Amino acid sequence: MTSVSEAPAVGLTHQGSEDTGLGNRGPQSKSIVVPYGFWLFVLSDMVLFSALFATYASLVNATDGGPVTSQLFDRTNVAIETLALLISSFICGLAMIAAKRKEMLWTQIFLFFTGLFGFVFLVIEIGEFVGMVRIGAGPQRSAFLSSFFTLVGCHGAHVTAGLLWIGTMMAQIWAKGFQPHIVRRLLCLSIFWHALDIIWVAILTIVYLIGTLP
Amino acid sequence: MFGRLTWHAIPFDQPIPLITSLVVLLILAALAIWVWRNRWWSYLWSEYITSTDHKKIGIMYIVLGLVMLVRGFADALMMRLQQSLAIGASQGYLPPEHYNQIFSAHGTIMIFFVAMPLVIGFMNFVVPLQLGVRDVAFPTMNNVSFWMTASGALLVNLSLFLGEFARTGWLGYPPLSEKAFSPGVGVDYYLVALQISGVGTVLTGVNFVTTILKIRAPGMSYMRMPVFCWTALASNLLILAAFPVLTVTLGLLMLDRYLGFHFFTNDGGGNSMLYMNLIWVWGHPEVYILVLPAFGIYSEIAATFSGKPLFGYRSMVFATLAICIISFCVWLHHFFTMGAGADVNAVFGIASMIIGVPTGVKIYNWLFTMYGGRVRFTVPMHYLIGFMLTFVIGGLTGVLLAIPPVDFVVHNSLFLIAHFHQVIIGGVVFALMAGYTYWFPKAFGFTLDERLGKAVFWCWFIGFHLAFMPLYVLGFWGGTRRLQHISDPSWAPWLDVALAGAVIIGLGIALTVVQLLYSIKTRDRRRDVTGDPWDGRTLEWLTLSPPPHYNFAVLPDVHGEEAYWMRKQTAIKEDKLIDEPDYKPIEMPLNTPTGVIVAFFASLCGFAIIWYIWWLAILGLIGAFAVLVWYAWRDEHEHLIPLEEVIANARERRRVRKEHLHKLSQSV
Repeated sequence: MTSVSEAPAVGLTHQGSEDTGLGNRGPQSKSIVVPYGFWLFVLSDMVLFSALFATYASLVNATDGGPVTSQLFDRTNVAIETLALLISSFICGLAMIAAKRKEMLWTQIFLFFTGLFGFVFLVIEIGEFVGMVRIGAGPQRSAFLSSFFTLVGCHGAHVTAGLLWIGTMMAQIWAKGFQPHIVRRLLCLSIFWHALDIIWVAILTIVYLIGTLP
Repeated sequence: MFGRLTWHAIPFDQPIPLITSLVVLLILAALAIWVWRNRWWSYLWSEYITSTDHKKIGIMYIVLGLVMLVRGFADALMMRLQQSLAIGASQGYLPPEHYNQIFSAHGTIMIFFVAMPLVIGFMNFVVPLQLGVRDVAFPTMNNVSFWMTASGALLVNLSLFLGEFARTGWLGYPPLSEKAFSPGVGVDYYLVALQISGVGTVLTGVNFVTTILKIRAPGMSYMRMPVFCWTALASNLLILAAFPVLTVTLGLLMLDRYLGFHFFTNDGGGNSMLYMNLIWVWGHPEVYILVLPAFGIYSEIAATFSGKPLFGYRSMVFATLAICIISFCVWLHHFFTMGAGADVNAVFGIASMIIGVPTGVKIYNWLFTMYGGRVRFTVPMHYLIGFMLTFVIGGLTGVLLAIPPVDFVVHNSLFLIAHFHQVIIGGVVFALMAGYTYWFPKAFGFTLDERLGKAVFWCWFIGFHLAFMPLYVLGFWGGTRRLQHISDPSWAPWLDVALAGAVIIGLGIALTVVQLLYSIKTRDRRRDVTGDPWDGRTLEWLTLSPPPHYNFAVLPDVHGEEAYWMRKQTAIKEDKLIDEPDYKPIEMPLNTPTGVIVAFFASLCGFAIIWYIWWLAILGLIGAFAVLVWYAWRDEHEHLIPLEEVIANARERRRVRKEHLHKLSQSV
């Protein structure tokens, strides 16, 4: 629903006059348009990951005589990692509530902890990667390991970008306050952060759980 | 310090690229001095380079596409000349390593930096006008998209001066494109340039899907949108779904080359057929990303110049969306010879034939639009008819190729080359030339010369058929594609005909330049004062030519299909315009240099990655990020166009239209 007080979409100062019943009352407000566009971007990101999943699925058995999935993955480690990311996502939700109430301190605190748990996730992941490389199971070892490091690493790269974004947003809210366009940006950030969770759940299932089946 | 970059990167020992580079540099320098002497830099900077106006960005895309067309065509002419010369004992004038770069550059440039910018340019210019709105959903991002595309084009052209281009064909198939077999910078130029321009394309996809689904004039329901908007929507949905796959595919190859991964290598369990699958999951939809907007352009032209509503509007929309979906189910027909087995090949063969059905529906719709209409044989109409003749044959050879046993015989032959040039030139290029003629007056306020335009058409039409019909014959005789040397002298006459065809197309391109210069010179004779030079039917013809930055003083109310046509006919019948609405000041987005600066850093980063200059790559990334943060910190977002300006502009438009429509109402 749009309300009059919202910032209008590009160039819109003219209210639509005819309702065809199909939601065609002229350009939508920015609070609709911006998250909608960001959703489309997230969807295209999902397509990107789906190509990586397809690559992983077709190369998972191409181990070239090297280590296989069940020798490499540790369920406990991954469980902690997953928990960190899910908690981070939950706190991100809290940050959004705080931002909606325009509570500066709580928004900053929650965003900080969102980032902190994201960082914990990242540290565990990097630890896992380093451990694998140490025992000679680096990405150059086999096509399977190339695809594993790329799929999981691409998610990790997204988390890193998210951390950078969280930091930037914290600075921006601090400097500029809860202006409508900044709150919209925060909304996009939370969409991004939750989307990374969805992708992680798929990674957890397809890579780690299936990979450690007895 | 400078990675792999040394003085040896400049091709001192190869006269052709060296002299070409020098000539290009001289032309660029002359152009820069000319612009500087005329004090046009500040105009270019504020009106184009930093503009967030969708019309200006569209024009920049089209200029980029046309300039790159000249480059890509020069490559084509060189290839044709080589094949005509290098027969039997002669080796021609291009050594194999250079010839291989030329056919790779030709394909890469024509698809990514000619066809894509032109198609996106037309969508930029036309879609918001046809939807009756003032800009796209994300105007600044639109500017960024353009400059990222331009950055990719810059890197591809840079390979001419510094280093080399890929010798691996336009899709860079591994294992040939792997480090072991292509150790030079050529493949890296290819990969990095496409990655950077790919970012721009995905952002365009986001922008236009959002615009078409969320930003339309009041009353513009889906089934009232012009067909060009529908095809633009379908095309951008395909971009969103297909381009990320390209990013992944090229990214994996980069990991193989830069970090020694084993996705597509011969050793380590790599699988190069995975690359073929992935790249064609992008590549086949890409064909439709180009051709669907072309179909949209033909639809607009057919209706306008037949003086009739488009026949079968709804079937046109459904056909467009059917193609949009089926285009993801046919990719395997590009490598039936992979040996996936009879069942798999049959499925993809049948799907490839099915996609011909909605395309056939469209052909009939255009024919029936013309049937019984008052057809005006203008330049765009020539292209439409030329397209239907050419494209149907190209489609039929495509159906032939979709039969796996036939494909096993003519796979990778000149028959295939003739087929896809027939659909891309006959389908996409003809549409772009038609659209260029059709929308030129809207962009610049005067029409292009009709007689020269027809000459250009005949050059393309005749030249195309001479250039490619012989290749069908040679393909059946076993001629494979990408031959640097022809050992069978009996092919010579056919190759000479093909060369003659290419020369005629070249004449057409030269005449296009002449047409442009002549039309600019005589522009006072050919002014479009009414804003509606073709008696159009869609909303872009409602506003003046060229339109003001905000397109419409008041967003038009849409009451039915063919929004503008209905409004015009009512005005003619009643001999009066609608009552003057209540004007208000208009908020428009500000210009911003963000796009060009981000693209600058992206180019720097890309260049550094190609040459292994890691500190510069990191610097480029930090620079790009810093600019985006700087942009996000801005306080002013929009500027207000004052009421007086809006009113003065709108009244002038009403006066002109009143006069024009009054004349029309007298003649009815």
